[in-house]
Amino acid sequence: MVLWFRKNLQNIMLAAIAMLLATSVNVNAEVVAPVVPKGKGEQCVEPTDVMRKNHMEMLKHQRDETMHNGIRTKKHALKECIACHVQEDEKGQVARFGDDGHFCSSCHNYAGVNVDCFQCHADRPQELIGKGHKIKPHHTADFKDKAINKEALQALTEVSK
Amino acid sequence: MKLIRFASIDGNSNGYWGLMALLAAFILAALGSSYYMEHHGHHVTGMTNQIVWGLPHVFAVFLIVAASGALNIASIASVFNKKAYKPLARLSAVLALALLAGGLMILVLDLGRPDRLIIAATIYNFKSIFAWNMILYSGFMGIVGVYIWTMMDETVGRFNRLAGISAFIWRIMLTTGTGSIFGFLVARQGYDAAIMAPMFIIMSFAFGLAIFNLVLFAAYNGTRRELGDAIVKRLRNLLGVFVAAIMYFVVVFHLTNLYATEHHGVEAFILRDGGIFTQLFWIGQVVIGGLIPLALLYAPQLQGCRKSMALASVLIVLGGLAQMYVIIIGGQAYPLQLFPGMEVSSSFFDGVVNSYTPTLAELMLGLGGVAVSLIVVTLALKALHLLPISLADAVADPHHKD
Amino acid sequence: MKTVNTTDTSKRKFLGGAAAVAGIAIAPGVLLQTVNAKPDNEAVSNKVRWGMLIDTNKCGDGCTDCVTACNTENGLTGFERPETDSQWIRKLTLKDKQTGHVQTLPVMCQHCETAPCVDVCPTGASFKREDGIVLVDKHICIGCRYCMMACPYKARSFVHEDLQDQKDHAPRGKGTVESCTMCVHKVDNGENPACVTACNKEHKAMYFGDLNDANSEISKRLKQYGGKQIRADLGLNPGVRYQGV
Repeated sequence: MVLWFRKNLQNIMLAAIAMLLATSVNVNAEVVAPVVPKGKGEQCVEPTDVMRKNHMEMLKHQRDETMHNGIRTKKHALKECIACHVQEDEKGQVARFGDDGHFCSSCHNYAGVNVDCFQCHADRPQELIGKGHKIKPHHTADFKDKAINKEALQALTEVSK
Repeated sequence: MKLIRFASIDGNSNGYWGLMALLAAFILAALGSSYYMEHHGHHVTGMTNQIVWGLPHVFAVFLIVAASGALNIASIASVFNKKAYKPLARLSAVLALALLAGGLMILVLDLGRPDRLIIAATIYNFKSIFAWNMILYSGFMGIVGVYIWTMMDETVGRFNRLAGISAFIWRIMLTTGTGSIFGFLVARQGYDAAIMAPMFIIMSFAFGLAIFNLVLFAAYNGTRRELGDAIVKRLRNLLGVFVAAIMYFVVVFHLTNLYATEHHGVEAFILRDGGIFTQLFWIGQVVIGGLIPLALLYAPQLQGCRKSMALASVLIVLGGLAQMYVIIIGGQAYPLQLFPGMEVSSSFFDGVVNSYTPTLAELMLGLGGVAVSLIVVTLALKALHLLPISLADAVADPHHKD
Repeated sequence: MKTVNTTDTSKRKFLGGAAAVAGIAIAPGVLLQTVNAKPDNEAVSNKVRWGMLIDTNKCGDGCTDCVTACNTENGLTGFERPETDSQWIRKLTLKDKQTGHVQTLPVMCQHCETAPCVDVCPTGASFKREDGIVLVDKHICIGCRYCMMACPYKARSFVHEDLQDQKDHAPRGKGTVESCTMCVHKVDNGENPACVTACNKEHKAMYFGDLNDANSEISKRLKQYGGKQIRADLGLNPGVRYQGV
């Protein structure tokens, strides 16, 4: 029953987010996709379009499985996403969550969708902890002027047939 | 007894708008305090890992307890068929909702993660008395809402008694739930007592009625409507009985504890050695909240004096807050007994009396909850036909003889 | 039964089978721990009940190795504010009022079978895993602190301020409650909790293992020498037991 609630809760949240986004759609704007940093490996654990659309489902499923059942498979684990997608740049700097250069926030800043992961979870691989600037509490993302347009949203979430 | 006519208040006077502005200022201060606490984390408050519930909880639990008590006037009318109380039932029910709203606001804004309220509202652990309480609180809102409807709309008036009985049963459950938050805490010396539930119910009777009296007096004075002695006398006697009943429960609670050697430590702490808690218990709870109000309410010389009754009501509210402080914070200040009979010490404050100093932010959050309750009533008085145009004896007293 | 050296934990999972068996050989012929590492994709089950045994006679007076190890492992850095900083494990000093006898022992979450924190939690964020480890699901913790009111052992801490640089295996954040996880990330990996590993270097006062397995070191010791529960009167059947108190 708890699981049912969680699934349902997510749908409610998604519907709410979609409604919020719908109100801020600017149809005349040019389609500019966010610049997403490239991952370390050749290929993600799932096809890119599936990840774009469903990464939150997978993360959430994995989160509950790990938390409550001790399942520690790596495929859909947040830790592994971070390990692959958050890297040092040429200057030896690492982007923090909230920076446009951080894999997660590159898109989330753009879409104006806040996430509640990195108040607790490490936003960079363990070996890079200590590198990168400090995150200012509560100022993790600035969503001003980041309203997404309809085409960009479609492009980001459409799953190829 | 004649036909009772109700009317909303004009709510145009400077006094009315001044009151609204004052209450709004308190509410803004509470919201600001909450933002400050959530932004920086609770380390800016007086709370610690030892005292986890602080002053906001004192206010919140007080208001929630008083909320169910405020409904009593309506219950006496509908459930026990006392006609004299019928004209006051509407105000009683609205005040109950308002007090509950204020208390809940404090509780929510003091959470570590108030942004996750939707989780609390959608995922329940049914073994948790807290989860039951969430159902009891929302149920109370719904049932009392319907109850008010049956009072104000004649077409559903035939359901009034049914709604009144439901609301009465629900409010008893609700306060049982609130008291059991503490009563079910098996590990803490100051709690773990079944008497907590009935004691909270009797506390609710007195606190709720004291607040009701103050609101009633303020509303009738402010609108210059007539309030007869007959109804005031009934309320006065009722209040005195409730205060005496609280004192009885407090005596039984402490006597039971004093008999068991196991509880001598915590009793000595509250009754003798506890510093601020001992003072709040004897001076705040017993003298200010109990003995002085009893004297004011029952002294033969003061029988017709409304000011003495109003003062008694104020003192009961203050004494009630003191009692909540002693129960909630005193109960946490006394150290957990991991190893009874041993002297215990550690880096984590084991074995020592924990200190708590409330901060301004916590006080403002608590007062903001009170302001929410009062602003709801103030608005409702203007928006709804809550108050009888006259409660003069000739109108309101069923036994009045012309 | 196959015995593998401590340093070889990463290989253990490749030993195959549903439950590769591993142990820690402290000295030739002395097997202190026997721990089952489950495969990553297998859910924990109630066939296992993890527990700890603490021999207070061996616990070093003034030694805080277990506390330091816990803080390091879980990234509990603190803000120099002892009243609000988290402590998952602490050293208690006990003095018998009558006899003056003094002893020290570590206290942490006792991982009760019927945990009061789990009972009172309104959202189910406090929960007990099938294998007996009591945890806080911080994803659904609303920070009401009722569990802290209910815990008889003062085992829980509330995160009072923003944290930086948490360990990736021990996510923690402001506004939620936390406590000893029995190093669940290590246990799932077939390792001992950090405090036990640290204690075994010198004093060897802490044992970790499966209370349901009659052949585990901890069960054998408990059967032979007995083990007390703190606040046994509450009937909570904690997973942490003490000898010598």
